Amino acid sequence: MIAQNVVFGVLAAAMVLSAIGVVTTKNVVHAALYLVVVLAGGAGQFLLLGQEFVAWVQVLVYIGAVIVLFLFGIMLTRAPMQPKESLDNDLKWPGLVVAVALVGILGALLVDAFEDTEIELEAPTRTIEVTDAVFRTYIIPFEVVGILLLAALIGAVVLARKD
Amino acid sequence: MWFLENAWLVPLVPAVSFAVILLVGKRLPKQGSEVGVAAVGASFVLACGAALQWIQRVADAEGADAEGGHALARVIGALGRSVGRLGAEEAHGAVVEPVTRHTTWFQNGGVELGVGIQIDGLAVMMMFVVTLISLLVHVYSTEYMRGDRRFTHYYAALSLFTASMLTLVVADNTLQLLVGWELVGLCSFMLIGHWWEEKPNSDAALKAFLTTRTGDIGLLTGVIMTYFVVERATGEGSFSILAVNEAATSGEVGHTLLFWTAAALLLGIIGKSGQFPLHTWLPDAMAGPTPVSALIHAATMVVAGVYLGARVYPVFWEGFSIDDGGVNLMAAVGGITVIIGAALAFVQDDVKKVLAYSTISQLGYMVMGLGVGAWTAAVFHLFTHAFFKANLFLGAGSVSHSGSHHSFDMKKDMGGLRTVMPTTYRTFLIGTLALAGIFPLAGFWSKDEILLGAGENGYELFLVVGLVGAFMTAAYMTRCVYYVFFGEYRGGDHAHADPSHAAGDEVVEHHLAEAQDRHEDDRLPVATAHAHDDGHHGAPHESPGLITVPLVVLSVFSVFAGFLNATAFDIEKFQEWVEPTVAFVPVEHHAFDWTKAVISVAIALLGIGASYAYYWLGLGPQRLAERNAVARAGKRFLVEKYYLDHLYTDVVVGFVKAPLARAAYWFNQHVIDNVLNYTGRGARALGRVTYDYVDQKGVDGVVNGIGLTTGEAGGAVRTIQTGRLQFYAFLLVAAVVVFAALLWVAG
Amino acid sequence: MLLNQFLLLGAVLFGTGVYGVLTRRHTVLVLMSIELMLAAVNINLVAFGAFSGSVAGQVFALFVLTIAAAEVGVGLAIVLLIFRNLHSSDLDDVDVLKG
Repeated sequence: MIAQNVVFGVLAAAMVLSAIGVVTTKNVVHAALYLVVVLAGGAGQFLLLGQEFVAWVQVLVYIGAVIVLFLFGIMLTRAPMQPKESLDNDLKWPGLVVAVALVGILGALLVDAFEDTEIELEAPTRTIEVTDAVFRTYIIPFEVVGILLLAALIGAVVLARKD
Repeated sequence: MWFLENAWLVPLVPAVSFAVILLVGKRLPKQGSEVGVAAVGASFVLACGAALQWIQRVADAEGADAEGGHALARVIGALGRSVGRLGAEEAHGAVVEPVTRHTTWFQNGGVELGVGIQIDGLAVMMMFVVTLISLLVHVYSTEYMRGDRRFTHYYAALSLFTASMLTLVVADNTLQLLVGWELVGLCSFMLIGHWWEEKPNSDAALKAFLTTRTGDIGLLTGVIMTYFVVERATGEGSFSILAVNEAATSGEVGHTLLFWTAAALLLGIIGKSGQFPLHTWLPDAMAGPTPVSALIHAATMVVAGVYLGARVYPVFWEGFSIDDGGVNLMAAVGGITVIIGAALAFVQDDVKKVLAYSTISQLGYMVMGLGVGAWTAAVFHLFTHAFFKANLFLGAGSVSHSGSHHSFDMKKDMGGLRTVMPTTYRTFLIGTLALAGIFPLAGFWSKDEILLGAGENGYELFLVVGLVGAFMTAAYMTRCVYYVFFGEYRGGDHAHADPSHAAGDEVVEHHLAEAQDRHEDDRLPVATAHAHDDGHHGAPHESPGLITVPLVVLSVFSVFAGFLNATAFDIEKFQEWVEPTVAFVPVEHHAFDWTKAVISVAIALLGIGASYAYYWLGLGPQRLAERNAVARAGKRFLVEKYYLDHLYTDVVVGFVKAPLARAAYWFNQHVIDNVLNYTGRGARALGRVTYDYVDQKGVDGVVNGIGLTTGEAGGAVRTIQTGRLQFYAFLLVAAVVVFAALLWVAG
Repeated sequence: MLLNQFLLLGAVLFGTGVYGVLTRRHTVLVLMSIELMLAAVNINLVAFGAFSGSVAGQVFALFVLTIAAAEVGVGLAIVLLIFRNLHSSDLDDVDVLKG
């Protein structure tokens, strides 16, 4: 158990630091790269919990596709690649207060609710179990998500094309 | 058995045709119409095969029944159904199992939902009617729609409609039925709005779509409830129509559940089958091309509601306690519709609208027939009505196509056409007589059976309603025939000279088509379009064979279809073939009653005679509406369609929309703004406002106070309304944090 | 491992994302912050899934992933549209909702 907790600690620290990097860096491209670290860390956590399929989907979809999309967005909107005076608005301090309050209240609630509940890990979940659930129990949500993707695809094309 | 077991091919063929026409239709020599005609023809052949095999199956079952007296008991035992409920089947004769095939469509959370076919007499009858009329309409349209802007699109939509309607018909579960039901609604929308360039047409399409959708809320609820009806009876839910019917007849389902299921399904029927009070869309739906009106808004789609009623009849039977007699919701809806539809048909100038209101009235007969327990009669009326109403609609289309320059206004543009259009005239007349219920045409047999059932099952009130309806039907149809085919020809070239004259939507359409020709629309071969034009600018003439042949076929059916169940001559083939023998209720059959038949024919003849006297001989109070205020008010009431449209658009919508908007505005102004205001200006302002208005002026001042506060709040809030999204998000998150904290502390 | 260590990690990531959404001026950065929030949600889902021993958590994490991808696609299209119309990717310039 110790080894797992150490791995968790290392990953969590990297994730939190990178997340703070995402929201504070003055360089937009760096923000995207920090985001990669956070998401990769997330995938690591999934592996730690024995949930391999989601972990690799996270790597493929998020790190593979979404980040590339972001880089395209940065390029197309000519975001400042060089450090600029500030990328933040004047809500910095109120925002910080609210965010810290939010984390505080969430943390207090969680500690209050779950205290020392342990996760009893059995064998890692096999992909076949996940796919069975997707295509059997959750087939309707799955279809709906498919339609949603199609709608998003068409919507993005309609929005972004030049008339 | 091959045709019965493979009846899923019947909807599949037009569905494939839809895809083919859509993809390659425009490149085909006849722009896709040949694919449509061929596919529906194939469907028709398959449906006929299925019908013959079903008849054979019924005959076999009866033969087997005659041989072994205990066969029935064995079948019952094998099926494991409750014997007590099968008394009616024993009286009726052999048990003929429907042919079912079933496959899993999808599963969700352990519940399996399937697609399948359930072919029994009712489905076979419906398949035959739909494919036959669809085939005739397809053929008719090749001439009627020639040179149309969206000819290919039209045929694609017709194919899709046929496929969806047949999907609905063969469905073995209510969920699949719902899918077909919504698809035919979609096709109806597309075809009513076929000439969507003119605002009235697209408005009519939208109205039809939205009004039927109102009823579909009921259907959707009802379909979901059928699942629980089965669950209540067997412990395991199912949408299967057979299971639903068995559950309803098993006596293990509470009456309340059945009543609400039946009421919800009835709402669906009201929407789709143009029953009062949701019938208002059907006359407007005449904005579509005439063949579409014949196929969709007379013969097939609008009877989908009646079909549903017949399909899950045990639910209605038990839910509305139909065998008790008296009055029930279903019979009442049908009865009201019979009368109000017929009354409105008297004041229409548009021949298609006369027919539309007539359709409403006849659908009322069918629903009333189901409501009074005359199942076979109602379904039989569905069957015969499809032929003579399609006949009448196509006849009206023929008149407008060749006789009145694409107008449907029978007062302005028709008249005296019986000599120039003899075939159309004769077929139209046959349709009229069949509709009026003159012995021995098709309408007589079916309408008479409904009236007989109403009288014998203890629904005397509806017998009277039916007879009044029969009188009115005969009278308004005679009026219609008079205006269209007798008197002086009132059409002529003035129709084109007078720009204000646009009574028929197709006149406008025609002008547009001409305008497009001038722009050398490359989709239309110019020569064809001109030939087409020339054909219509001349004097009225008989329509070409592609139009008259379907008319003749339909009028033959209008004459002879009734003999399938001519109870007077002990012919009960229709009942034998169509009436379900499995999971059905003990509907009663009554011996033919010559007295009632003579009375009903006499009443119909009286209606014809009254109209004849009024229009031909000029007897009676002519132009009463111009002289008498009461009559004028009455006519206006009818012309305004009982003010139902006003009720829906102005009162109901206004009633819902305005208060909602006002309430939202009020909430915005008084609650949200005040909250922001008070936050912004602090407790001191709050104290002052309270002091000024509550303390000083007492309760009276509160009203003023709200107004003043709102004014001040507006000014104060304006500074907060920066339009910056992130500030709004900030407020949102802050509020969430505060509320979460409050709840945590409180909890 | 404690369930709470994952949930608290999720809470911290979520809070960071909220901070980013509130304070970043560049539209692409706001979208990235939203992704942070979604990632936090996923960690919660998967943690609860592992805790309860059911695959439902994973399945819904997959759905969230899909929706996140769709959201980024549409979001970036909107960002491009804003950039094209206002010649700016600064959210402070988007104030049409001003009262």
